[in-house]
Amino acid sequence: MKELKYTIKDEQGIHARPAGMLVKEASKFESSITIESAGKTGDAKKIFSVMSLGVKCGNEITIKADGVDEAQAISAIEDFLSKNL
Amino acid sequence: MIKLKGQGVCGGIAFGKLELIKKSAALVHRERVVDTKSELMRFEEARTKAGQQLEALYDKALDEVGEDNAAIFEIHRLMLGDPDYLESIQAYIKDQHVNAESAVAMTADNFVEMFIAMNDSYMQARAVDVRDISDRVISILADVEQPGIKSEAPVIIGADDLAPSETVQLDKSRILAFVTEKGSSNSHTSILARTMNIPAVIGAKGITDSRFEGAEIIVDGFSGEVYIDPDMETIIQMQEKKQKSNTQKELLQRLKGVKPVTRDGQEIRLYANIGSIKDMAEVYANDAMGVGLFRSEFIYLESSTYPTEDEQFNIYKSAVEKALGKQVIIRTLDIGADKQVGYFDMPKEENPAMGVRAIRICLTRPGVFKTQLRALYRASAFGRIAIMFPMITSLSEVRKVKEICRQVKEELVAERIPFNANTELGIMIETPAAAIISDILAKEVDFFSIGTNDLTQYTLAVDRQNPDIEPFCDVHHPAVLRLIKTVVDNARKAGIWTGICGELAGDMELTELFLAMGVDELSVSPGLILPLKQKVLETNVSHIKDKLLSQL
Repeated sequence: MKELKYTIKDEQGIHARPAGMLVKEASKFESSITIESAGKTGDAKKIFSVMSLGVKCGNEITIKADGVDEAQAISAIEDFLSKNL
Repeated sequence: MIKLKGQGVCGGIAFGKLELIKKSAALVHRERVVDTKSELMRFEEARTKAGQQLEALYDKALDEVGEDNAAIFEIHRLMLGDPDYLESIQAYIKDQHVNAESAVAMTADNFVEMFIAMNDSYMQARAVDVRDISDRVISILADVEQPGIKSEAPVIIGADDLAPSETVQLDKSRILAFVTEKGSSNSHTSILARTMNIPAVIGAKGITDSRFEGAEIIVDGFSGEVYIDPDMETIIQMQEKKQKSNTQKELLQRLKGVKPVTRDGQEIRLYANIGSIKDMAEVYANDAMGVGLFRSEFIYLESSTYPTEDEQFNIYKSAVEKALGKQVIIRTLDIGADKQVGYFDMPKEENPAMGVRAIRICLTRPGVFKTQLRALYRASAFGRIAIMFPMITSLSEVRKVKEICRQVKEELVAERIPFNANTELGIMIETPAAAIISDILAKEVDFFSIGTNDLTQYTLAVDRQNPDIEPFCDVHHPAVLRLIKTVVDNARKAGIWTGICGELAGDMELTELFLAMGVDELSVSPGLILPLKQKVLETNVSHIKDKLLSQL
């Protein structure tokens, strides 16, 4: 399993659009990918799950990937986060 | 006459007939199904069809309101395919033997609950999206048509709340204004109304009363007021207001190309603040005379590792080339505090606003700084670049920065790379320290740019990230204004120019004072340039100058 921590810088937090983009990005990988924020865990491949975390600007999130392509998944998501959130 | 009060979300006045758009949402009857397999199939077919409709809506929205606003339909498609949402619907059908319509409606209720329970108005507003996709599937299942405008002539649309798909489906050429009972300023209706520049009022309770169908109404998108069957007096009043708002718009258009000079002949330069190369188009659309603040940090924020010299050079070169000879003042890397970049690997700080940020990072990581400076100097061969340094507090910092610039120039000369050796160097005055010793600093640089946001925060000891202390943050505090005056005076004495690029630059209550002080340039967000120009053109400085300055 690989994980990464990231602090959200986008003023609006993970609102609908980046949530959708994150889900699309995560769905490219076979590994199971979770997103954690403030003690809650969501499935990064499910949009309602990601949105229900209500991640705001300044929140730290932890992404965990577990599976055959976990390393690629983490680096792709890290890249996505730094560009979009 | 009946007056409803809501919230104006898009300015403008509209007169017209009200047409109520009723939710088509088919009444959902709960029925027991025996053949759950074929019911699941029926749902799947409806879902596929809904997905196709959303794709078509995305394309339509893309054409009409642009990618940013169309993105919602892409989100809707993802929602429609969300495994939790689907499993819930399928479970209702399989386990409880309910018909597909009820299964979707019950699932929608649960997801709507989830959003409404969230402690965030933006997320609460997303309940509408869940309703929207669910209603779409239900309408397909029940074979009910989506609503549309019946009237041939343009009308004012009244509705409970318009889902994004409904807003896009409507024929815009027949809409004079939107009025809804519910909705938030974050709702898509509000956003779309603003994009299409259609007057809109939300939260106007009572508008969907069927008695009002077809009534003559007036919508005031500025004040949020809606008048049903208005009396003569209101009609005249609102006609005047409409006239005025139209004139205002035209006036702003007319101001393009006009030089910002006060009535008594004092000139001031109006520049734009931009946060990315994409904003260069706005610089032209709003007639800016240059770029007063080009925030270079976006290059670092958008990258997953240190941007190379060539990457940066290409961006700066493209910026000055797009500026067509206008001056572009690029601020060097200003990260830290509220702007963090992962790969810089900054240690956590107790008080980042006063920590390792901006020039302090640059001076402690000269390699990163030099890369940026080399890129900037190389781009200086292609247009009018000026470089400014953020968060200066002392003379020694300025001297160190200048020394690094000197080294960079020497290297470029040795490598025979062309650059403009006379590229103007300036510093941001955003700490009380820099303002107080501005007489000393003025001898070292070509210009000052006052960053009023940080200057206010540091002078008044108020954290601008903390909304709770907003009452203590008097943005017109005399301490800040006196510091600004000190800076302008010291710059004048040293023969250099001063600009203001913070929030206060666009504060029109202060324009006269800044003119009286002799500020040379104001840099504001592009949308504020034309209103500010109008303010300058209307102002007479000389006769109020002494009075304004003596009040400080």
